[in-house]
Amino acid sequence: MPEESLVSLALTFRLAAVTTFVLLLAGVPLAWWLSQTRSRWRGVAGALVTLPVVLPPTVLGFYLLLLMGPHGPVGQFTRWMGLGLLPFTFAGLVVASVIQKLPFVVQPIQNAFEAMGRRPLEVAASLRASPLDAFFTVALPLARPGILTGAVLGFAHTVGEFGVVLMIGGNIPGVTRVAAVQIYNHVEAMEYAQAHLLAAVLLLLSFIAMQAVYFLNRNKVVVA
Amino acid sequence: MIEARFHLTRPGDPPFVLSVEVQAPSVGVTALFGASGSGKTTLLRAIAGLEKIAGGFLKIGEAVWQDQGIFVPTHQRPLGYVFQEASLFSHLSVRENLEYGARRSGGCDERQMQQTAEMLGIAHLLHRDPVTLSGGERQRVAIGRALLTRPQVLLMDEPLASLDQTRKREVLPYVQRLHRDLKIPVLYVSHSPDEVAQLADHIIVLEAGRVVACGPLGETLANVETPIRLGEEAGVVLEGCIGERDERWSLARVDFVGGGIWTRDTGCVMGARVRLRVLARDVSLSCEEPVGSSILNYFPCEIAGQTGDEHPGLLLVRLDVGGSPLLARLTRRSAEALGVVRGKRIWAQVKAAAVVG
Amino acid sequence: MKNNISHIIRGMVLALAVSTAMLVADEIPVAVAANFKAPAEIIAAEFEKSTGHRVLLSPGATGALATQVKHGAPFQVFLSADSSTPTKLVSESLAVEGSQFTYATGKLVLWSAQEGVVDGKGAVLAKESIQHLAVANPKTAPYGAAAIEALTKLNLLVKLQPKLVQGESIAQTHQFVSSGNAELGFVALSQVFKDGKMTSGSGWVVPQELYAPIRQDAVLLAAGKESAAARAWLDFLKGDVAGKIIVSYGYVK
Repeated sequence: MPEESLVSLALTFRLAAVTTFVLLLAGVPLAWWLSQTRSRWRGVAGALVTLPVVLPPTVLGFYLLLLMGPHGPVGQFTRWMGLGLLPFTFAGLVVASVIQKLPFVVQPIQNAFEAMGRRPLEVAASLRASPLDAFFTVALPLARPGILTGAVLGFAHTVGEFGVVLMIGGNIPGVTRVAAVQIYNHVEAMEYAQAHLLAAVLLLLSFIAMQAVYFLNRNKVVVA
Repeated sequence: MIEARFHLTRPGDPPFVLSVEVQAPSVGVTALFGASGSGKTTLLRAIAGLEKIAGGFLKIGEAVWQDQGIFVPTHQRPLGYVFQEASLFSHLSVRENLEYGARRSGGCDERQMQQTAEMLGIAHLLHRDPVTLSGGERQRVAIGRALLTRPQVLLMDEPLASLDQTRKREVLPYVQRLHRDLKIPVLYVSHSPDEVAQLADHIIVLEAGRVVACGPLGETLANVETPIRLGEEAGVVLEGCIGERDERWSLARVDFVGGGIWTRDTGCVMGARVRLRVLARDVSLSCEEPVGSSILNYFPCEIAGQTGDEHPGLLLVRLDVGGSPLLARLTRRSAEALGVVRGKRIWAQVKAAAVVG
Repeated sequence: MKNNISHIIRGMVLALAVSTAMLVADEIPVAVAANFKAPAEIIAAEFEKSTGHRVLLSPGATGALATQVKHGAPFQVFLSADSSTPTKLVSESLAVEGSQFTYATGKLVLWSAQEGVVDGKGAVLAKESIQHLAVANPKTAPYGAAAIEALTKLNLLVKLQPKLVQGESIAQTHQFVSSGNAELGFVALSQVFKDGKMTSGSGWVVPQELYAPIRQDAVLLAAGKESAAARAWLDFLKGDVAGKIIVSYGYVK
């Protein structure tokens, strides 16, 4: 495999790993809140989180480019923080991927929390566990299959990331040129052999990821 | 003493109303009895703090758990709660389930763990995964889990309701044992007359969110002013012990304050404490000592009161048998013929009585 | 009797064929490179006014449009963003030999969305303070290749390489610069030029000697071979009216 393909694959996995980590960090509390709250903002928040599922990546990418650019509020904020601008950077890709993959992570976790119901938490409370204690020792372990499914989906989706990266990445080797963009470049330049090789690797990985999701969901939570 | 005051109206059709002011003793089992929807589970949840009813008041012994400006969250209330379904944590083993609450309430004492497990007959299950247990075993683990938190009060929400008859019979002896061995009060929600007859010392009867009767079980059941039916039939529960066993006829005599009743021998040992359920329809009256009757059990008693029954032709008469209450149902015509008035001495015949526990 | 029926059927088929041919002749499906979409619309309006034929424009990336032609898209005329794609189509007999001509020559401009950033000589390229320089993907976009060629000739490519960000097309490259995410970029003059002047920001029109001319060729496709209207459209594109419009958009005729 040519070096630039290897570089793009390595970058892709680094992006997927970091994105998945951030997604879990943000997605688990968000899913928890969505599953527990009776706030009237729940519907709005749920719709916002789910939006990227139906939004074309180019739309999201376009708005992110504007928002994170020097004239956008996010761009002005990151500059003020001394972080510079996010487009064309790895951090920018992480931010964009996190926003775009959020629903794929939040939904299975939220479903797991909702399927669990309030009972295990009530039991935990009656056994002297504080809400935080119960969250870590009961809710999280019981939602484990949902969390793993979310993580695998988030990872797999980020590996296949294309549209948003294309819009805000700038195609920089080793920084923002991920495998999917590399494949696109190869195809555009009619370098079909390289495209095939890289595409086959992604296909195989996606298949493995879906197998994992299937396997995880086969062993559903049973509350005794 | 447990004191609770809760008033709640939830909109709906019809709206759900809970309006109770109850006191329960700090020993023994107090049954919260009522049909489904009568508010008994809501009351229990409010006592546990799982339901936050604004403006409520709750005091357990000297500790105020809820009052104006005070609401002790569930996890800070020293209580044990047994839910209708065992609700064991499926990600933990039986032992870990038992340890979960124990660890969070002053440490897990291995000796106490073993003792509790022995008492509930789950010692051989400790290493098992909860999903592999039977319903009865799960419920026993759930009871043990609650007890190991060293609660000051045990709340049980129909712990047997989700079990089939066989499983019920399997768990009930353990619950009865709790009743004997525990020194803490138990609030026991149930809509099953059998369970109440067997377990309860006190009873709080709820109807549509309101308390309609409250007091010691025997007294409350025999109260003809507000007759309480456990199920289809009015009747009383007498507490006594096995005083004699007649192996030839397979009979056993249960002695209670004021008398003794022969009943089928259910295999209880001499001296064992048992409860007898005597239904009003199985008690008849006679002015003279019965002679030549097939009925084994008869004793002199005094008429303590009377009330109309659900049918205009029937009466419910309360009797005092040397300190123990009995209820008898008879027609108004018979009552007039016998001259039933308060204070009159008369003979009671008991056709049948069942040992309930 | 049998003869009569076959006569009638033949007549009907003929009538259908003629009427279809007439209908098709009135409408000319044209594939046009995205960068030429705006002038093409004005020229098409003029053409329709003078001939009554209707021009149906399908803008897109040159490579994508060529792929569609290869797979049977019914375009009669192709206005490419380069000269190699029409040549290739001719060699594959998908376009009519001898019909290819350069309808416009694109000009490269170093452009910034901000006033006063780009000077008249392009000296800004030597500044260390530049964070990002946007170019189109040189592998796929002619303007990208031209930009790389110019940078090479200016001996700046090695120095600027780490600062390059690539747009997949010249349109996306323009977006990077216009949104301010890249301070500078090599874009098509036609994107920032209207009526003989820069529409906004500041720019330096890169001298022609720094890159091979970006010839945009038109060609008559096989599907338009028999269409008089399609040929008329190509002739109109060569004419003075079209020429003026093309130049006003920053192309060289």
